[in-house]
Order: sequence, then C-alpha cells, then structure tokens
Amino acid sequence: MLNKTGVPDQNLVLSKFPSKETLLKPKAILECYEAIPCNPCATSCPFDAIVIEDGITGIPSLIADKCTGCGQCVIACPGLSITVAQLIDKKALFKIPYEFSPYPQKGEIWHGLNRHGDIICETQIKHVSFNKNSKTALVTVIIDQTHLYDFATIRPYERQK
Amino acid sequence: MIYKDVIIIGGGPAGLCAAKMLADQDVSVLLVDRDHHLGGQLVKQTHKFFGSEKQYAKNRGFEIANILINDIIDKPNIEIMLGAFVIGLYKDHVMSLVKDDEYYKFKAKAFIIATGASEKSLAFENNDLPGIYGAGAIQTLMNVYGIIPEDEVLMVGSGNIGLIVSYQLLQAGVKVKGIVEAASSIGGYKVHATKLKRLGVPFYMQHTIKRALGKDSLEAVEIVKLTDDFQEIENETKMIEVKALCVAVGLSPLSQLLGMMEVNMKYIKELGGLVPVLNHLNQTSNPNIFACGDVGGIEEASSAMMEGYIAGLGVLKHLECPHPCHDQLIEMYHRELELLRNSNYGEKTKAGLKKLGGPYVE
Repeated sequence: MLNKTGVPDQNLVLSKFPSKETLLKPKAILECYEAIPCNPCATSCPFDAIVIEDGITGIPSLIADKCTGCGQCVIACPGLSITVAQLIDKKALFKIPYEFSPYPQKGEIWHGLNRHGDIICETQIKHVSFNKNSKTALVTVIIDQTHLYDFATIRPYERQK
Repeated sequence: MIYKDVIIIGGGPAGLCAAKMLADQDVSVLLVDRDHHLGGQLVKQTHKFFGSEKQYAKNRGFEIANILINDIIDKPNIEIMLGAFVIGLYKDHVMSLVKDDEYYKFKAKAFIIATGASEKSLAFENNDLPGIYGAGAIQTLMNVYGIIPEDEVLMVGSGNIGLIVSYQLLQAGVKVKGIVEAASSIGGYKVHATKLKRLGVPFYMQHTIKRALGKDSLEAVEIVKLTDDFQEIENETKMIEVKALCVAVGLSPLSQLLGMMEVNMKYIKELGGLVPVLNHLNQTSNPNIFACGDVGGIEEASSAMMEGYIAGLGVLKHLECPHPCHDQLIEMYHRELELLRNSNYGEKTKAGLKKLGGPYVE
C-alpha cells in the first residue's frame, strides 16, 4: 500500500509503536519503512538508542530502554519520518518535525492530520524549538489519546487543503 | 593558449569534490562552470540529504554546496571560471570556451568531465504551452531567484525529483494539485511520498498526460489512466484545471563532450542513456579523460561526490603525483559507493554498471 498510495498500512504503523506502558515515557517512533542508504538518526542519537543493521542501508530500530525521547533524531531525519510520542493521562504528546512558514506559536490550536492528509483532531501547540543547525522546527503538540496511531502532522486553521 | 595541468568541466557535487581532492596538490587546476555560481543542482536543494556523514547527510543541499565551495575557493592552485560555456574538447587536448563574449583556448594534460545531466521531456499535445516547466526550472525560479511559478501546480513524475519539488512548492505556499505517475508504484523514496500524502496531495497512479489545453498559456491538463502495459484507456480521462505543469520524468547524462573525444561509450538504459566506460579510477578509454557524477550514470548527489573524489585521485595518479594515501582513499570511496548503492534504489544502477562493464561489477 505504501508503494501505491504513499500511506503505510495500519499494521506497519503499529509495528513502530512500543507498548502503551513503554509510552508512559517519551519514545521515538521511527516511521522508516524502506531501506535507503541513510544513518543520521543513529549518529545523532546521544544515547545510542537507534541501531541500523548493514552499515547504513538497513531500517533503523529503536532500543526503547535507552531512548529518552529527546527529539534529536526527529530533526536529524532527512525523511522527516520520526516523531516522539508519550502518553499523559488521556492525552498523547507528540514531538514532530515542521518545515512550513508560519511556524506555530505556543498556545495555539491547530488542525491535526492523519497520514492521508485528512483533518482528524485539534492539536494544542505546547512548545516550539529550533536546533541552531537545523531549520526544521521541533514542535510539541498535545492531542487526544484516541488519535495516537493516526496522528501524522499539523496544519494551521487558515490554510486551505 | 592557456596551459593547465587539469581542467574540471562542471562545478556541481562531482566537480567540486574532484577539485577538493586536487586542492593543495602540485598541479594547476581550472574549474569551469557555465552557471554564474558553483554548486550545480545542490544550490537549489532545500531538503536535508540522505546518506552518511561522508556525504554530509542531514545537511541541506545548498549547505553542502557551501561546504564544498569553501573547501576550494581560496586554493592558490585552483582557478575558477564561471559563466563559461565549454564549446569544444578536441583530441589534441585543447578545450575552447566562451565567457562574456570572449573566446578562450586552453590546453591541459588531463580533463575531468563532470557535466551532470539534463532533464528528459514528455511528449503530449501542446507540451510547448507557456506554464509547462521542467522541474529544474521551477527549482531555479523558486529556490535561486525566489519566484513562484503559479499558485497551483500539477506534477508529472513521482521519482525523487518530482516528490522533492512538490514538497518545496508546498513550502513556498503553492498548492500541488496532484502527482501524476505512469507506473503503479511511487518511484522515489517513500518518506518523501508520505510527507506529501499527510499534507493531502493526491497521487494519480498509472496515469499520464493526454494533452495540455489553453489559449495563450496553460489552463487545464487532461490526464488519462494507463493499463499495466502503459497503454492509454480511452474513456478514463480526467480534466484538471491548473496553470502550471511541472515535468519531472528523469534525467539523461550530458555526455556530448565525451563523445567529441571518442571515448568508449555505451547506451545503458538503467544509467539514463549514453555513458562512458570507466575503470576503477573513473578514467575513460582515453587515459587523459576522467568522468564523474551523473555524466557517467544518473544517481544521487551523494554518489556524485564519492566519484568526484575518485576521479581527483585518479588524475593525481595519472599525472604521476599520487596522493600519499591513494590506495586507502580509493578503497574507502569505492566502499562508500557500494554502501550507497546497496538498496533497492541502487539495484538499477548496479544492473546498469554490470552491463557497462568495468570495476563496479561484483
């Protein structure tokens, strides 16, 4: 399905998520489904929590115990295919990469989109940060936990689809 | 006549890395490019690059260009000529070029051809209407000159260039009305495709452009569904109103200068067209002519950089002033190339190189 539509199957998505218990602490979700020669996620991780088999060509895997959810890999990934997820009560907190102008501001409410680009929820912008070497913003958002496996990105209210 | 030890034609990733290898060595170098700046296609690439640290992965393309340019710009042994069109390369090792309406003749002991590639076109009715662009033109307008082509664009081609330019259009605030792809599978990296999909860009798989419509410029595009054998299905057409169409259907090596030198070349479909047969130093059948980057087969910039280093090392060896670490570096850059080609996307390149013959055959 990914090859035909650009949307990964739900099973594939679920395979990248650790258990909900593990997600009580923030963990990286490595949505890298295709072996391409690339390794910045692994080399950027300060805790050696990301392992790539076969040098640089394998699909990265997460050692969840070592991952602190810091988000370094989120802004390092050239494919923008990594997020950090954490469960807090009935909410889910995500750290996502964002590369569009205008950047969100703390406190704003934005649309939450799924992997098809459909609006599925409201998101509350909790924090926006920049690494000085990257123009990719690391945006922390809070959504309803029911969208844990569907949420993909954000869009401001005024921008039309 | 101006004499140089080495002339590098093309200042993109391959030519820049070749120059970097020759910097501070005991050879006089001329680096020429027809553009008014170095960097080739890298300067238009605003996305972060894949690969490893050896290819400056996770830096954006234009940042990689700046890194490479800074490495060679003030080197006393490297002269740089920009806005210089090479018009001929001759068997007596004379190269002629035109810059600012002046004609220059150079003679060199060795040449590194790093001319890159040109875009392929697509044949359909009215494909010459204003509003129909190549992907490179759209990138140049947007990312070099800061001009958006139109408010809405339809993309043809789901290879990496089509996907990346679509994303850049979205970043510039342009609506991408869809991506038209003749094959049944997305051609480029799926991470690029998922980025577009989650922003709501539709993919028209197994479709092609039937015709373009418009009086003075593009107003609409008719697309048609294709069978698995790429035959048009007559009644399954769809009209899309759009003022700009971006064609991103692949690249062909710019190997004409190599043709003038009559080096041994072969037409290899998997590599994008007519390419030179190269040895493990990226040397052609003429020992004084080296080639690197897309001119030897269409690949990513990361591979072009590795080949540039190899060609630079090859020239030093050929001129009998080898790099002190020649053997180790050659081995390392070939190992990097092997890693970069060791994925599904590298299969096509590897199949092409096998047909071509030479050092890359397993």
